[in-house]
Amino acid sequence: MASEKDNKPADREVDKISGTETTGHVWDGIRELDSPMPRWWLWTFYATVVFAIGYVIAYPAIPLVTNATTGLLGYSTRGEVAKQIARAKQAQSGLLEQISAKTLQDIRKDPELFQFAVAGGASAFRVNCVPCHGSGAQGGGIYPNLNDDDWLWGGSLDAIHTTLKHGIRFTADENTRTSEMPAFGRDEILESTEINDTAEFVLKLSNQEHNAEAAARGATVYADNCAACHGDAGQGDPEQGAPNLADAIWFYGGSKAELVAQISAPKLGMMPGWQNRLDEDTLKQLSIYVHSLGGGE
Amino acid sequence: MTVVHDSVERLDVEAVNSKERRALYAARVKIFPKRVSGVFRKLKWWVMLVTLAIYYITPWLRWDRGEHVPDQAVLVDIANRRFYFFFIEIWPQEFYYVAGLLIMAGIGLFLVTSTVGRAWCGYTCPQTVWVDLFMAVERWIEGDRNARIKLDGSAWTPAKLTKRLAKHAVWLVIALFTGGAWIFYFADAPALIVSLVTLNAPLVAYSTVAILTATTYVFAGFMREQVCTYMCPWPRIQSAMLDEDSLVVTYNDWRGEPRSRHQKKAAAQGQKVGDCVDCNACVAVCPMGIDIRDGQQLECITCALCIDACNTVMDKVGKPRGLISYSTLRDYEASASGQQAVTNWRSFIRPRTLVYLLVWSLIGFGMLIVLTMRDRLDVSVLHDRNPVFVQLSDGAIRNGYTIKILNMQAEPRRFRLEIAGVAGATMTVAGSDAPGSSSALVDIGADKLRAIKVYVRIPQANVVSGRSKLKFTVSDTAGSETSTYEANFEAP
Repeated sequence: MASEKDNKPADREVDKISGTETTGHVWDGIRELDSPMPRWWLWTFYATVVFAIGYVIAYPAIPLVTNATTGLLGYSTRGEVAKQIARAKQAQSGLLEQISAKTLQDIRKDPELFQFAVAGGASAFRVNCVPCHGSGAQGGGIYPNLNDDDWLWGGSLDAIHTTLKHGIRFTADENTRTSEMPAFGRDEILESTEINDTAEFVLKLSNQEHNAEAAARGATVYADNCAACHGDAGQGDPEQGAPNLADAIWFYGGSKAELVAQISAPKLGMMPGWQNRLDEDTLKQLSIYVHSLGGGE
Repeated sequence: MTVVHDSVERLDVEAVNSKERRALYAARVKIFPKRVSGVFRKLKWWVMLVTLAIYYITPWLRWDRGEHVPDQAVLVDIANRRFYFFFIEIWPQEFYYVAGLLIMAGIGLFLVTSTVGRAWCGYTCPQTVWVDLFMAVERWIEGDRNARIKLDGSAWTPAKLTKRLAKHAVWLVIALFTGGAWIFYFADAPALIVSLVTLNAPLVAYSTVAILTATTYVFAGFMREQVCTYMCPWPRIQSAMLDEDSLVVTYNDWRGEPRSRHQKKAAAQGQKVGDCVDCNACVAVCPMGIDIRDGQQLECITCALCIDACNTVMDKVGKPRGLISYSTLRDYEASASGQQAVTNWRSFIRPRTLVYLLVWSLIGFGMLIVLTMRDRLDVSVLHDRNPVFVQLSDGAIRNGYTIKILNMQAEPRRFRLEIAGVAGATMTVAGSDAPGSSSALVDIGADKLRAIKVYVRIPQANVVSGRSKLKFTVSDTAGSETSTYEANFEAP
C-alpha cells in the first residue's frame, strides 16, 4: 500500500465524495477527477478498432503513390456504378426490345411504351440536346424552339427521327438534310432595291405593317426568285428546309432589317447527325419526346 | 437463514440497484428475481398473452379490398407507398393520420400515467413483456432464484453447459421469431414466409430479422432493467406526469415500520413493532433490483410483483394484506396521519385527467370525421416553367401543364378533365390525336396516380397579355366526386 502511494505524483489524491482519483490538475482550487471511461464507451471504441482493421483488409483503404490498396472484396465505387447501370439496363430490357421492334407510330399509341419513351427521350435530351436547344427545348438565338408547331424540316415522328439521325447540313453524313438559300445580296443576284421590295412583300405575307407599293414590286421578285422554295403564298417547304414566311414565328427575326439581312446573306443553321453517337433505341425515344413537346404533327 | 416467523424465511438478498449500492462506474450486478404468484402476476401473464398474440397474429389477418389492392389487414407497403389498416388506406400525403395517432398515443399515455401511474411500463411495454418472457424461460430451465444463483456461481460442468446452451437456444429462437414477425407487417406475409424459408427473400428482410433478433436477445436477455433505467427517456418524463392522485406502488411505512425480524421477541421486550417482518420477499421478486421500502424510485416500473410477494407473506403471518399496495400519495399521507383513505373511482376524475381525455377524444373525433369525409380523388397541376408559354405559327399562345390525378379508390375510374375561365381555350392531351376541346377523358387504374401532359391553347384573338386564371376541374364520370385546381395561363 505504501509503495503504491509512493509511485503516485505527490498531488494525486483520492476525492472523498466520489472515491475517484484526481489528475493532480487544479484550477482556482477546482480539482479534476480522473474518472474512468464508461465501459460501454470503451467496448464500443475497441469494436471500432477491430472494425477498422477488418475494413482496411476488405476495402480499398491505404493510398499508395499512383493508386491505392484494393482490398480483398475488390470493391470500387466505379464498379458499383457499372453494376447499377447493368441492373437498370436489365430492368428496362423488356421495354427496350419493344421500342426496337415497333414503329414510332405504334410506340406512341401504346401508353406504357409512350411514357417510357418520353422519359428516356427526356433523359437523352438533357445530356445531348440541352446545350443548344435549351433545358426546356425552348431554343433561342440561332437554335429553333422545339415546343412550337413551326418545323423547318417537318414535325412528324419520321421527319424528326430523320433530322436527329442525319443532322442538318452535317457534312460528315452523306444522307444529311441540306439546302442552301442563295445569298441574293452578297452574290449580287439582286439589286438592293429589289431586296428591299422583297422584304416588304414578305412583311405583307405575314400580315405585318408594310409599304404597299414596294410590296407590290417585291411580289414579282419573290415569284421569280423565292416562290420555288418558299411557295407562292410563303407557306414554306419542309422537304427543303424552307421556312414558312406567312406565319407568326420567325427563326432569324421578322423585322424589316432582319429580313433584308437574311435575303442578302442568309444564315444557315447546322445540326450534327446523331446516328454514330446514339443508338437507334435512344434516337427513337428522343423522336417521341421531341414530338410530344406539343408541336408534333 | 433466519426464521422471522413460523412460516416465513428471511431471504438473503440485496437491492442491488438501490441508491446506496449503485456506483456510477461499477459493472452491472446480476439480478435473480424470485418466482411469485398472485393477482398482479396473473394479470401480467394475461397481458403478455394478449400483447404477444396481437404482435404475432396481426400480419396474418386478411381483409378483402377487391382485386386491385392487397388483402392483408395491416400492411405498411413501403415500395408502393401505402399504409393499409383494415378498412383504412393511407397515401403518403395523408400521413398526418399517423401523426395524429402518435399524438393520441402520447396523450393516452399521459392520461394513463396520471391515473394509474406507470401501468405502461409495468405491463405492456415490449421491453417488460419480452424480459418477462425471457425470465420465464430462464426459470423453467435453470430453476428459481436460489438455483440460478448457485448455477451462476458454480464451475463449468457439463450440466451447467447444457442448461446454459438450452436457455440461450430458446432465447435465440424467441428473438428470431420476434424479429421475424416484424417484417411481415411490410410485405404480403404468406408470400414472404415462403421466400424467407427458401432463401429467396430480399437482403433487407434478412438484415431486419437479424438486427431485431439481436436487439431482442440482448435487450431482454442481458440488458433488461438497464434499458428502462439508462436508455429509456419515458421514466424521466413520467415522473412529471405523476401527481398526488396517481396510483403508484407504495410501501405503507406508517404501518410497516419499525420493521422487525424478531417480532415476538421485540414485542415481548415492549418495543413498538410494525407489520413488516423484514423478510425481504419484496426485494427478492423485484426485476429491477430495488427495495420498494426505500420509497418511490425512478427504477420502479410498477409491475406490482412486490405487492403479490408481500400479500403472500401477510397471509402467512396472519396480518391484513396491503402493506405494499397501489396507493395514491394523497391516500398514503391521509393514512400516515391516521385518517381514512379517500381514494375511490372519483379520484380518477379531476381537471387534469378530464383535459387529457378531452384533448384525446377531440383529436380522435376530428380524425374520424376527416377520415370519413376525405377525398378519394386528388388533383395537382404544375405549370411548365421552361418555356412558360409557346407562340404558335398562327399567333396562338400555348401553355403546358403536368396534371397529376390520384385515384385513391380500389377500382379503375374514368375522369373528365375540364378547363374553364379563359375564353377560347382548348386543350389537348400529349400522346392523343384528339382535336383540341375544353374537356378530355382520362382513365386511371385502381389505387393509382397518373401524370398527364396537357397543352392549353388560346387563339391570337383571345390572348390577354400577362397572367390569367385557368381552372382545371376533374370529375368522376360514374360518380359525383369532383376536384378543382386553379392554375395560371401565361401570355407575353
